[in-house]
Amino acid sequence: MSDSRPDSRGPDGRAVLEAPDIHRALTRIAHEILERTKGAGDVVLLGIPTRGATLATRLGERIEQFEGVKTPVGSIDITMYRDDLRLKPARPLGRTEVPPDGIDGKIVVLVDDVLYSGRTVRAALDALNDLGRPTAVQLAILVDRGHRELPIRADYVGKNLPTAKSEKVKVYLQETDGRDAVLLMKGEAR
Amino acid sequence: MNRHLISAGDLTKDDALLILDTAEELARVSERSIKKLPTLRGRTVVNLFFEDSTRTRISFEAAAKRLSADVINFSAKGSSVSKGESLKDTALTLEAMGADAVVIRHSASGAPHRLANWVHGSVVNAGDGTHEHPTQALLDAFSMRRRLGNLDGRKVAIVGDVLHSRVARSNVLLLHTLGAEVTLVAPPTLVPVSIGTWPCEVSYDLDAVLPKADVVMMLRVQKERMNAAYFPSEREYSRRYGLDRERFAKMPEEAIVMHPGPMNRGMEIAAEVADSARSTIVEQVANGVTIRMAVLYLLLGGETA
Repeated sequence: MSDSRPDSRGPDGRAVLEAPDIHRALTRIAHEILERTKGAGDVVLLGIPTRGATLATRLGERIEQFEGVKTPVGSIDITMYRDDLRLKPARPLGRTEVPPDGIDGKIVVLVDDVLYSGRTVRAALDALNDLGRPTAVQLAILVDRGHRELPIRADYVGKNLPTAKSEKVKVYLQETDGRDAVLLMKGEAR
Repeated sequence: MNRHLISAGDLTKDDALLILDTAEELARVSERSIKKLPTLRGRTVVNLFFEDSTRTRISFEAAAKRLSADVINFSAKGSSVSKGESLKDTALTLEAMGADAVVIRHSASGAPHRLANWVHGSVVNAGDGTHEHPTQALLDAFSMRRRLGNLDGRKVAIVGDVLHSRVARSNVLLLHTLGAEVTLVAPPTLVPVSIGTWPCEVSYDLDAVLPKADVVMMLRVQKERMNAAYFPSEREYSRRYGLDRERFAKMPEEAIVMHPGPMNRGMEIAAEVADSARSTIVEQVANGVTIRMAVLYLLLGGETA
């Protein structure tokens, strides 16, 4: 095995987004949501635990800051809807927290940190189906790394990040990890 | 986690907390209008009940159905068992039908343990003889945690027929794992000989225990097993070990009353105590479905060994 690690990449991988970049990307997405939904009146932000839920909370805060509308924020756990449950031991569940007014007739914006195969989003769409009937569902993503396996695309993207399938993308957020950063890590050479 | 759930004593603290935390999330599913999850689609759960039990069977059935598993109910009455089929042959038949999990209730202590050696799927003990009833203990712990929060250091009194109670044994083992302090209260004739090996205290005086208890769990007097005169009369039992209004008043304000059901109102528990706001008896039933969903999900939801 040769050591293929370039100098610019520490043992943690290379940071592709730092805290200010994440801040700006979320600010832009919040503005885009306001623009696309004409003031976010009917919007419900649902984050996919764990980091998607954190991002949804941050987007909600920004939307309120910009236009003074209080957007309902919740979370939607997709574990029980995954298509790969049988490939791993049973996983612990995340929190599903639907805002008290529900999602019927609302525009649901799903929020997640990384968009990759699209399977998580598919599971989230199934989970939504059991919670109610929104008028529309949109998708906001911090990092889109490509390699879709399903016909799914994001409506709001923080950063498009071309990656190799062997690489790993890690998102760190202040609330859960003590700092904001998106790292790209080299996978094992094939 | 282990592949089977035979004894509450097999659960580590992490296992037990994982089940309780999973149940906490699943409880929200029972509150919404579509109470179904697709998780166990295509899996088969067999309810193998050699002893009558409506509530436990229905509870397991509801739990499996809410997770979209297929449920086959097998009760011993009117089945091949009454024609003399052995447990092993019954097990192999179920195996051939493709059971991914077998939920077993049997009058013989240790039957689930035997069964686990014969089938490939998971075995869940739904009560075996006077031995154990682990999902009851889990739902009791879950009900306590929802009312009182963390169970560490909580004082739990379990009162009544400990000798014949699989609920008591499973609760003692699980609550000890979770850090609670259990005191068993019973007439000396209804305390098992092996009690010294259980991780709990024993008292014969209910009135001394009540003022310090966070939880008082009343056990059913199993009249069907009372043929050996364990106490002189029902009235005497009720006077010394029944939870009536006066005793209820001695409990701390925030302490709760539990009962695994079915109750003998007026015997071990007074009707007004059973119906009070501090009684969790009805919640326990709802929590039973939730905790069994959590157990089935954790045993069957992942990869199969």
